[in-house]
Amino acid sequence: MNFYERLMQLDRRWIYLGVAIAVTIPVLAPFKVPVYITPEAKAVYEFVENTKPGEIIFLAIDYDPNAMAELHPMARTIMRQSFSRGIRLIISALSQNGPGMAEQLISQISKEYNKKNGVDYVYLGYKPYPGITILAMGQNFRIPFPTDYYGTPLDSLPMMDGVRNYDDVKGIISIVAGNIAEYWINYANGRYKAKVFFGVTGVMTADYYPFLQSGQLFGLLGGLKGASEYERLAKQEGVATEGMSIQTVAHLVIIAFIVVGNIGFFMSKKKKR
Amino acid sequence: MRRQLPILIVFVSGVFMVIQYFIPHESFEFIYEYAMDWIIIIGIFAMLLGLWSLTRASVSKVQAKAPGWGFSVMTLVGLATMLFLGFYKGNKSIAEGTFFMDLFWYIYTPIQATMFSLLAFYIASAAYRAFRVRTVLATILLVTALIIMLRLIPLGPISGVNQWLASWILTVPNMAAKRAIWIGVGLGATATALKIIFGIERAYMGKD
Repeated sequence: MNFYERLMQLDRRWIYLGVAIAVTIPVLAPFKVPVYITPEAKAVYEFVENTKPGEIIFLAIDYDPNAMAELHPMARTIMRQSFSRGIRLIISALSQNGPGMAEQLISQISKEYNKKNGVDYVYLGYKPYPGITILAMGQNFRIPFPTDYYGTPLDSLPMMDGVRNYDDVKGIISIVAGNIAEYWINYANGRYKAKVFFGVTGVMTADYYPFLQSGQLFGLLGGLKGASEYERLAKQEGVATEGMSIQTVAHLVIIAFIVVGNIGFFMSKKKKR
Repeated sequence: MRRQLPILIVFVSGVFMVIQYFIPHESFEFIYEYAMDWIIIIGIFAMLLGLWSLTRASVSKVQAKAPGWGFSVMTLVGLATMLFLGFYKGNKSIAEGTFFMDLFWYIYTPIQATMFSLLAFYIASAAYRAFRVRTVLATILLVTALIIMLRLIPLGPISGVNQWLASWILTVPNMAAKRAIWIGVGLGATATALKIIFGIERAYMGKD
């Protein structure tokens, strides 16, 4: 096997080592990466910015811990931005392992902004079968959630007074991994005409562009980049902004491996001729 | 009768759910809300069935000392522990700072995060092997992938051009392809739903 053929057939362990080094370097020597702000990310930010104090936004935290690195910074920044502006939140967690993460965010950020449960926010928690839950909430939040996450009846929470369904919230921001996203579009927007915004994982981003153009989706945050865009817009630079340097180096290494593989492919083909 | 009754229930429920969408009357709303409750209740029973099925499968694997039975023991221990801790103090069990949440944060979350992180390594290896300029189509795929990947990387003066190009790929060719797929999926789902409503498709009842 000549040199070029070796380039073509690198042992996968070298690739793993390359990626491991690539993700370690920015952790040890952090640096900042400029981020281009996309119009779809700006749309989410402006929606929250233009919501008046006292109005309600529905924040759906629909992901499991596996998507936490990409999506948790989005949820955190949106929650902070909303509370700092006096916007009230109805929060749900429709992914099986999401309620714990939502609870952590709520307890941490509500303390930061001195917000009270039942007055400034309501945490509905989890119910199985997201499609059915989203449909039922379109009729009345009390159908799937007669009580909140902590077991308090919704009717006894002052914030829920006169709040029945999606008509009573300014819009829905779902930070979502997996097919729950489709239910929000099909049911919350399709059936109940709710204004829906998404924060999704990097691999899901391309799937939801068609809904932006069709007007079924009003804004989109895609992956860690979307999260870092949002952090910069909200002037709350944090984990996502830091993570962008790691992602940048990892991508560069992957591109380098692709280039190396193709050089090997071309040169060995040339030699055979 | 064992076959006709489920088909009749499915037919009536299916037809009702279709027509109620077009009739915004109070009585239809009432039945619709009632149906929502029913679906949630049935769904919860399905979860119990899943729990029972998992327990039974794990117990029989342990009893038979089948290969990997130790993992089944772990499954049962994990299941029993989380169930006990979850129910132990009612709603207080699932608040921040409880032992239940500690298990979630310090065992479950790192496990899931690690599994997902491994993808980065597999994707790097797969990209290295798959993205070869063998044919015209493979070249198009490679160039597109590079443009999309590069949009995450600051490229100085050509960053704007690359962002525009990546945005165009996502909003034009990607959207056309995705839309075609979605329309196909939608038509397929409608056809399957109609077949179920009219009793042509009966796989949901198990064996005939």
